[in-house]
Amino acid sequence: MGLLWACYKNNKKELQSKHFRVRYTKFRCASLNARLAQEGYEMSQTAALSAGTAPKSDLEPDLKSAPEKGLKPASETGHARNPGLPLDLSLIEAVRVNTSASERRAAALPGRRAVKADAQSAWLLKAVTCIDLTTLNGDDTEGRVRRLCAKAAQPVRPDLLDALGMGDRRITTGAVCVYHRFVGAAVDALQGTGIPVAAVSTGFPAGLSPHATKLAEIEASVKDGAAEIDIVITREHVLTGNWQALYDEMRDYRAACGDAHVKAILATGDLKTLRNVAKASLVCMMAGADFIKTSTGKEGVNATLPVSLTMVRAIRQYEAMTGIKIGYKPAGGVSKAKDVLTYFALMKEELGHDWLQPDLFRIGASSLLGDIERQLEHRVTGAYSAARRHPIG
Amino acid sequence: MTVAQYFDSMDYAPSKEDDSAARAWLAAHESRFGHFIGGRFGTPGEGFDTVEPATGKRLASVTQGSGADVDAAVAAARKAQKGWAALPGHERALKLYALARIIQRNARILSVVEALDNGKPIRETRDIDIPLAARHFYHHAGWAQLQDSQFAGYDPVGVIGQVIPWNFPFLMLAWKVAPALALGNTVVLKPAEATPLTALLFAELAQAAGLPEGVLNIVTGDGATGALIAAHDGVDKVAFTGSTEVGRKIREATAGSGKSLTLELGGKSPFIVCEDADLDAAVEGVVDAIWFNQGQVCCAGSRILVQEGVADDFHARLAARLKTLRIGTSLDKTIDMGAVIDPAQRARIAGMVDAAVAAGATLLQAEGALPDAGSFYPPTVLQDVPATCAAATEEIFGPVAVSMTFRTPEEAVQLANHSRYGLAASIWSENVNLALDLAAKVQAGIVWVNCTNVMDAGVGFGGVKESGFGREGGREGCFDYLKPRALAKAPERKPVVPAKAKGFAIEAVDRTAKLFIGGKQARPDGGNARAVIGARGEVLAEVGEGNRKDIRNAVEAATAAASWGSKTQHNRAQILYYMGENLSARAAEFADRIVAQTGAKPDRARAEVAAAVSRLFSYGAWADKYEGVVHMPPMRGLALAVPESIGVAGVICPTEAPLLGFVSTTAPLIATGNRVVAVASEAHPLSATDFYQVLETSDLPAGVLNIVTGSADTLGAELAKHNGVDALWAFGSAALSETVERLSTGNLKRVFTDYGRAWDWMSPEAEGELFLRQATQIKNIWVPYGE
Repeated sequence: MGLLWACYKNNKKELQSKHFRVRYTKFRCASLNARLAQEGYEMSQTAALSAGTAPKSDLEPDLKSAPEKGLKPASETGHARNPGLPLDLSLIEAVRVNTSASERRAAALPGRRAVKADAQSAWLLKAVTCIDLTTLNGDDTEGRVRRLCAKAAQPVRPDLLDALGMGDRRITTGAVCVYHRFVGAAVDALQGTGIPVAAVSTGFPAGLSPHATKLAEIEASVKDGAAEIDIVITREHVLTGNWQALYDEMRDYRAACGDAHVKAILATGDLKTLRNVAKASLVCMMAGADFIKTSTGKEGVNATLPVSLTMVRAIRQYEAMTGIKIGYKPAGGVSKAKDVLTYFALMKEELGHDWLQPDLFRIGASSLLGDIERQLEHRVTGAYSAARRHPIG
Repeated sequence: MTVAQYFDSMDYAPSKEDDSAARAWLAAHESRFGHFIGGRFGTPGEGFDTVEPATGKRLASVTQGSGADVDAAVAAARKAQKGWAALPGHERALKLYALARIIQRNARILSVVEALDNGKPIRETRDIDIPLAARHFYHHAGWAQLQDSQFAGYDPVGVIGQVIPWNFPFLMLAWKVAPALALGNTVVLKPAEATPLTALLFAELAQAAGLPEGVLNIVTGDGATGALIAAHDGVDKVAFTGSTEVGRKIREATAGSGKSLTLELGGKSPFIVCEDADLDAAVEGVVDAIWFNQGQVCCAGSRILVQEGVADDFHARLAARLKTLRIGTSLDKTIDMGAVIDPAQRARIAGMVDAAVAAGATLLQAEGALPDAGSFYPPTVLQDVPATCAAATEEIFGPVAVSMTFRTPEEAVQLANHSRYGLAASIWSENVNLALDLAAKVQAGIVWVNCTNVMDAGVGFGGVKESGFGREGGREGCFDYLKPRALAKAPERKPVVPAKAKGFAIEAVDRTAKLFIGGKQARPDGGNARAVIGARGEVLAEVGEGNRKDIRNAVEAATAAASWGSKTQHNRAQILYYMGENLSARAAEFADRIVAQTGAKPDRARAEVAAAVSRLFSYGAWADKYEGVVHMPPMRGLALAVPESIGVAGVICPTEAPLLGFVSTTAPLIATGNRVVAVASEAHPLSATDFYQVLETSDLPAGVLNIVTGSADTLGAELAKHNGVDALWAFGSAALSETVERLSTGNLKRVFTDYGRAWDWMSPEAEGELFLRQATQIKNIWVPYGE
């Protein structure tokens, strides 16, 4: 049984009180602080949280000074950054995921929530703002990346936005996601747009480079202006149940990222079981991940709804324990407008409204945008669209 | 709302299914329907309206079925039955296949009409009701195709009267009509008063699919029409799904008529959440268990039993889940729950919930707004309901679950089984040992492990205890639409008139047999004895005159011997063989006794003893061979169809064949783990009383077989009324059959009777699977797997 519920059992009255969560967080953070201090590790957010009363704007002082660099600053979104927790193996042991039941929930969801007409257009535009527009290919070049950046800044034809009554909204993608080599070019191309650059890192996609090299890679990307770092975990740690190693690795990545937000790619297609996915999700969140992300796009199986259900439930559990909201990023496998509506429904049903915004929800995709553009044009004109009618990305 | 507003709010928008085709169909009939009899629609007559529960608006009016209408429908079905049954299985398979296909082609209009008429969400009719109905016709087309090879020795029952409920109007139609037609029966079906439309639409589709006229007849009407069908002399079988209360009435009305009967009734099914369950999955399970179809599901998981250690966590998650449920009108594709069937049902639900809250229950209820019009009730959980409260024990038939806690798996079983009902159970645990152990121990016809409310045409559905009897779906369900040829041909039983007694003297040494109860010979409670008159008129002996207290004592002894059911099959087999061995050792003595009692020729008497020995060996053989099957429904997983003992069974032994009749009727029950209270042949009880000594030397545990002597009619009635008797086999007069069926309604015990027709006990047909099937009930355990 998880520690949280053990606490609940011991003090049922506190179960009902909001007060309890603050106290619990204080308890967890105080112990974390003590340990971090021992290790000479600094984490100002933790200190702020442990006070329990700090105004939200104090939680993210560094991001506030550079809003154009990363995810929306805390002062705007109201979400505190994840300070992490000490590794609690009892939480990992308590993980139960029933695969068949997860599949049934995932299969029933689209039928329970149909989103059509104007609401559908709105949801699709929201999806655009949540896309990490991605190119991660061996043949990427600076020119290719700049073309992608131009598309990120204006992902939907202005005439379509006008027709939908959204001409006055600045619709951009959530980020542009590239290899380290192109971070500089992307930052340059996106100057003035407010769109953050995300770099895949730590020996993406296999994640088997030397640890020091991985940390150096993160630091180099941050130095080049990446505001978000998508790290990959060492799958071996999960497959062998070495949770301490996974935790340590993730904590180091988080430290190396500094102010840049860190998304932990679990490579769920390699982890195979939903139980592994749930356990890896919890460990990465305890180690300070800001987002958990399904896939590199290079595994045999990328984001699926049952995997997503498992990860978002882990996020919900973490929030229940700490009050901290962790973001979710399905990547690969979300290529149709219809799919993204289901993903939104999943976020809304399992986590709530806060997870329908780019600060807590991203989609790693390269071809999804094209399908959304076609759907939007169909909505406006009544005629089915074609890819060539929309600027290339 | 504009796109920009939706962009900011990220709200759902109502998304309505197009109902124009459904409305056009209603308009084409001017929203008035007559019955469908003999392949054509009659003129609409006096009747009533059917309304949309979601809005309260009238959809159409249908005709109240009169006695004349029912007569006409039964006559049409009768006329068509012979020809339909005479068709080769393949020809019937083609027709059922055509029905399956035409349902699929018209799935959308069927879904919409069903949602409108019932109030349930279009998602459910579209994704569940209609596809499952089509699957039912496909599956049973297969049984028609295979009937000759798979059901040799069985005939169709004939004309089937079917009365179905309003909660799954079309699916229940499919469950009833598909097996009936597949196996060569014809049908008179009455859809529920509140939801007649899809049945009428189906009649039209069946006509288009080329179903011969008279094979399917639809008569609309209220309960009175249903009662006319159930009581109709021309109906050979009644199949009913609905309330336990009406089920009892039908049992009474059909008592002694010789009509075959299956009842699928109410439930208060437990939903057991163990501490090692995936709690999020279990919470979602509750959504499927009690908020599916607004909780108007006979097998709804309406009693949540959660292990104490995780109860707070589970309820916190459940409370959070309640908040995101959406309730709306049936054609809205963005809802989880629709309207309950009508204002009266809504008021009933509200009344039970209010009473529970007044009695101290804690109310967890969805807070979202309900539509203004229509009969809506919010998803509800009642925590800490006093066990004495009606909501805790009675079927609410609405979106209301009651929740209680348990400490140990043993207590979970105790709570789960402490109910008159036994339809379904759902068990949530990630430990396969625990889950299957609970699955074996809960008393239910259907057990879902880590899932709930999943159904398939290939897996029998039906309950135990007061949830009814019979199975729908799968091979086990087919037998409910067939009758054994042997019994149908059996002659009427001739009453045994004892020879006139010559004086009071008992020849030789006085032997007065007592009763055999709990492994011991016991004096009859009344202290009276009755003389057993031999074939030559001499008084052979006296036996106890058993009365209702003796029956009570015998049932108590049988109840206490419950562990017989959990003995290994091998162990039961050994004991039956041993009984055969010990009977064989006394063969001459038993043969002489038969001669003395019945005046049979010695050869014939010896043959009867030999047959009894053989029969004991047969059931010893069957004991470890009467196995279940593994169904393969369309999912990743298994459905284990396990034949289980029924419990305590009463047996009124036939008067003829005093030894073989006694053995033939008790051994199959014992072999399958039941405990028996047998009433020996009234005229010739000494073969059974002599059997005490066989029992005493055969290691049969005390209480497994209890023997009472006395009047078959009196003791049969006592057994029929006893609510601790789970099954009753009665082989006697036609009047006895009527009595026991009529009196069996207290706990809806399973009655197996021959309606006064005498089996030939020496024939091979008086032994084997037919009896074993009657001695057991199938529990289907669904075990989805996957990691």
